Formats: sequence, C-alpha cells, structure tokens
Amino acid sequence: MFKKAVFKQGLIGALISASVLLSTSALADSSLLNVSYDVTREFYKDLNPAFAKFWKQKTGETVTINQSHGGSSKQARSVADGLEADIISMNQAPDIDVLYDRAKLIPKDWQKRLPHGSSPTSSTIVFLVRQGNPKQIKDWDDLVKPGTAVVIPNPKTSGNGKYSYLAAWGYVLKKGGTEAQAKDFVGKLFKNVPVLDTGGRGATTTFAQRDIGDVLLTFENEVNLINKELGNKFDVVYPTTSILAENPIAVVDKYVDKHKTRTVAQAYADFHYSEEGQEIAAKHYIRPSLASVLAKHKADFKPIDLFSVDDVFGGWTKAQKTHFADGGTFDAIYAR
Amino acid sequence: MPASTSLLTTQTSAVQSTQYSNYQNKVARSRATSEPVWVRWTLIAIVLLFLGLFLIVPLAAVFTEALRKGFDTYITALIDPDALSSIKLTLIAAAIAVPLNLVFGVAAAWAIAKFEFRGKSILITLIDLPFAVSPVIAGLIYVLIFGLQGWVGPTLMDYDVKVIFAIPGIVLATIFVTFPFIARELIPLMQAQGKDEEEAGLVLGASGWQILWRITLPNVKWGLLYGVILTNARAMGEFGAVSVVSGHIRGMTNTLPLHVEILYNEYNYAAAFAVASLLAILALVTLVLKSFIEWKVARNAEIDEKS
Repeated sequence: MFKKAVFKQGLIGALISASVLLSTSALADSSLLNVSYDVTREFYKDLNPAFAKFWKQKTGETVTINQSHGGSSKQARSVADGLEADIISMNQAPDIDVLYDRAKLIPKDWQKRLPHGSSPTSSTIVFLVRQGNPKQIKDWDDLVKPGTAVVIPNPKTSGNGKYSYLAAWGYVLKKGGTEAQAKDFVGKLFKNVPVLDTGGRGATTTFAQRDIGDVLLTFENEVNLINKELGNKFDVVYPTTSILAENPIAVVDKYVDKHKTRTVAQAYADFHYSEEGQEIAAKHYIRPSLASVLAKHKADFKPIDLFSVDDVFGGWTKAQKTHFADGGTFDAIYAR
Repeated sequence: MPASTSLLTTQTSAVQSTQYSNYQNKVARSRATSEPVWVRWTLIAIVLLFLGLFLIVPLAAVFTEALRKGFDTYITALIDPDALSSIKLTLIAAAIAVPLNLVFGVAAAWAIAKFEFRGKSILITLIDLPFAVSPVIAGLIYVLIFGLQGWVGPTLMDYDVKVIFAIPGIVLATIFVTFPFIARELIPLMQAQGKDEEEAGLVLGASGWQILWRITLPNVKWGLLYGVILTNARAMGEFGAVSVVSGHIRGMTNTLPLHVEILYNEYNYAAAFAVASLLAILALVTLVLKSFIEWKVARNAEIDEKS
C-alpha cells in the first residue's frame, strides 16, 4: 500500500507543479521570445538588459526577453512549426522567408518594414587560422590547395555555411571567372572540408577544441569572440573580397497578435537600430549600419571589398533555389 | 520436516559441497580448461585498459573539468537561475514520465506474462518500438503531430494549447523514449515466476486487486525498482528526442542535458562540465542502486533456495 500512496502523491505533485509552471509562463504578458541563431548569444546578453532598461524608463513596464539559440535554419523551422517567437533574428533572409512560405506567420514583404532590408547589422566571412598561420593562408585560392583542411558548417543547415559557400563562389565571379569555374572552385573547396557540422558553433568547436582543420570559415564577430574566449591561439585572415552577411530581424505578426505584445516587440526591433543598440553590436564586432557608430569603430572593421547576395546571385530566393535546395548545386558538388 | 532427515540432508549437502569444490579445484588446475599465465594477464590487462579508457577516464575528465576553475565557479554554475530552471524541468519531466511508465509497464508485463490473448506478439513488438526508433525521429514524430504544420497543431493553436516547444512536449518525448524499460524488465521475471501463486490466490478467493497487491507486485518488487531506476536515469538524461521538441528557450524549456549543450556552445566549459557532473552523479547513484538491488535479489534467491 505504501507504494500506492507514494505514487499518488508523486503524480498529483507532478501535475500541480506542471500546471503552476505552465500558468506562470502564460501570465507573464510583458515577456518576449527572441528566437535567434547560434552566434548571437553574447550580443543579446548585452542588448536585452539594455532594452529592458530603456523600456522601463520609457513606459515603466518591466519586460523580460527570453532567448532561444541554435542552428539558424533549424530555429526558423521550429518557429514555423509552432515555437511562438515574438521576434526572429537570423543571419540570412531565407530563414525568415520560411515563416511566410511555410506558415504565413508574417507578410511576404517583411523586409520592407524596417530600414536596410530589415537588417540592423551585418557581418562578413573571414578566415581563422592557427597561430603564426603555418599553412600561409592569405586568400580564397589558398583554401583549395590540396592538403589544406577547411572547416565550414553545412550550408544546408547553417547561415554560416551558406555565406561561406556563396563567398567562395562570388570570389571567382568577381575575379572575372565563369559560373563553371566557380562551381569547380567551390567543389574543390568542399573536398577539403573534413567534417560538415550543422551549426556555426559546432564548427568552431571542431576547429578550436578538437583541433581539426587548418582554417575555419566563419563570421567576423565569431572570430573575434573565439580569440577572446579561447585565448589568442589563432590569427584572423581577411581575404581580398568576401560576402556581405546581413542580419535581418522581424516581428512575427501572428504570434505578437496572439500574445498582445506587438508594441513592445516593435520597440525591441527598433532598438536594434538605435545608437545604443548599434553601439552594443559594434562592441561585439558586428558591423553596425548607423554611419556615426561605424565611423567611431573604424579600426575594428577592416575595410574589405564586400559583395551582397543580391548583387552576385540575384537575391536569396534564387540563390537558395539554385544552390541549396535538394538536388541543387551544393548537393551535386558534395556528392561527387 | 523431522529433525533426523534435516540433519541427514545437511550432512549430504556438506559432503556434496566438499566434493564439488574438489572438483572445481581440479578443473581449475587442469591444462585443458586454463590458459597460460601470460595469456590470462594479457586479457585482464586489455580489459582493464579498455575500461579505464572508455569509462573511467571520461568520468574523471568530467569532474576535473568541472572543478578546474575552482569550487566557487562550480557552485555558481549550479545555482545559476537557468541551471536551476533546467534542473526543475528535468525533475518535472521525470516525475511525470516515471509514474506513468510504472503503471503502464506493470499493466503490460502482467497482461503479457500471465495471460494468453490475440495480438500478444504485436504488443511485445510495439513495446520495443522506442528502443528501435532513433530518439531524434521520436521527437520529429511529435513535431509532425503537434506542430503548426502538423495534424492537430492548428486546432491546438486555436485553443491556445501548447504541446511542442513547451513542457507537455518534453514530457511526451521523455515518456516515449522510456516506454519499454519497466515492461522489458518485468516480463521475463513474471514469465519465470509463472502463475501458480496467482492461481492459488484465486482459488482461495482473492480479488484481482488483492492478487496484484499481495502476490504479483511483492514477487517482482526488486525487478520493478530496477526498472524504475533505469527509467528515471534515461528520463533525466535524454537528449535527442527532447532537443527536437524543446525550442531551446533559456530558463523555460531547457532540460539538464540541453543546458549542458548550451553552456558548451557558449564556450563556458567549466559551467558545462559542472552541470554535466550532476548528470554523471546521477549515473553513479543509479549504478550503486542497481548493484545494491542486484545484490539484494541474489541474496533473496539464496535465502529462498536454503529455506
């Protein structure tokens, strides 16, 4: 009989605690959920308290911002599948387009709602090599040499990987190469990739912790963070040209209407563009869009020749379809 | 049993056991059944090396890494609000999954071991399904059912019921992956015990509940406890299935294993290993309890044989 009583108590206790937990999360109405990609953790750790302070001063309301991080495409898919994000912040437009394509959570023209194509900040792909640059990696051409191991996350599941892939492709085109030459070049590049991690952070761990590979291709902000967090065991190499990686954000209409959080969510999105928000971005080596802030941090952001996805690939939708869709160029290259 | 017979039995068994141990010694000494010394020691050394490399070193590494930056960092990592909330969520998930699987496991094992019915083999196969399915697939199944693009997701959304990316989804995924443990533990045990005692009880006029509480359950109590411990360990340690349905919201839908992953991805290795050490401690406690139960069962069996 003892067991029965214990079991009953346990079950009732569990149900009560579950319902309490559920109801508290439903009651806290001035809380926002920001679903983001892997490498923005540190940025949002600074930005969120700053916004909460700003909002408290402005309206007297307390706002808590919950964060969810992961591989960008995986995160976007979760939101489309019902993860009720008030704000989505990604490192490429297609991951927000998914919300329109798959679930009609936002309007099709979401990019027109905020300045700079809804991208308050940007970054670019640079190289991280081991200290002293033992393989003498200077530019994209050095990456396709036989015997150079390059760590890039999977272009199908991470923005990081997509940008690296497109940057290499664009480099050949910018040099005056043909599409066929670009395909050949990218093919050689991915032959040098020993492991395809699913997300940016996984790739960093592979390179920095597991000591695999000679060079890691990742975002400029991530590179600086790695050096800060893991000691200066690495050197940063800026290639001659690279890709402009825009970091778009969007208020998820369907969910903010459901949560009645549109005003605060919109203010949060706008805060990314404010001088304070931009300053926080610059501090985390994310390129700000506000000219005054950019001028102040000129030394941190080496000027390299950047091309955008729109310039070279005719927009994300097209690039996504030709290169990363099932049966696209990446599949063809990687299967070889 | 009369005293003389009992004395006789003891004597016989004493004689038997001396003979048996002589025989054992002979076998041990004979060349046919033993390897040369160097072979034996090489084999033992290989096993020890293997154990050390794959079990003890990783376990030691978890604790050394966790304490690398000192005991204060270790404690700070554990009392961090996000860590506490992940501990709470893990306990909630286990507290719901374990009792439910306990009821289901006992019911299923009882039906399978004590009764004959149509479709029994299908039921056994179904119980094993969660073992065969990869946990990630298990998680995706729930996304397909309860997701916004899934079968019942849109309806649930209309009624504002959250299943996936919230606690119910995590509990469901946990229940799914721990489904077979108790039943699998009890079925062979109950089958070995047969149904003689239950039938005797029935003949003497016991009701169904009385048979269950007074005969069946006491007979399998150690096996049952063993199953519960394994279920609990798996429920707390599950990563794959829970990762798919969690949504990874810090402080809200992160379980312990997911929290470890997050900390690790934040380059916060000391904290990641500190939280991981909690899971390692859980594993060690599980092992100790498991050995204790095995010892208890063996002792009970011995007592049964002697009496």
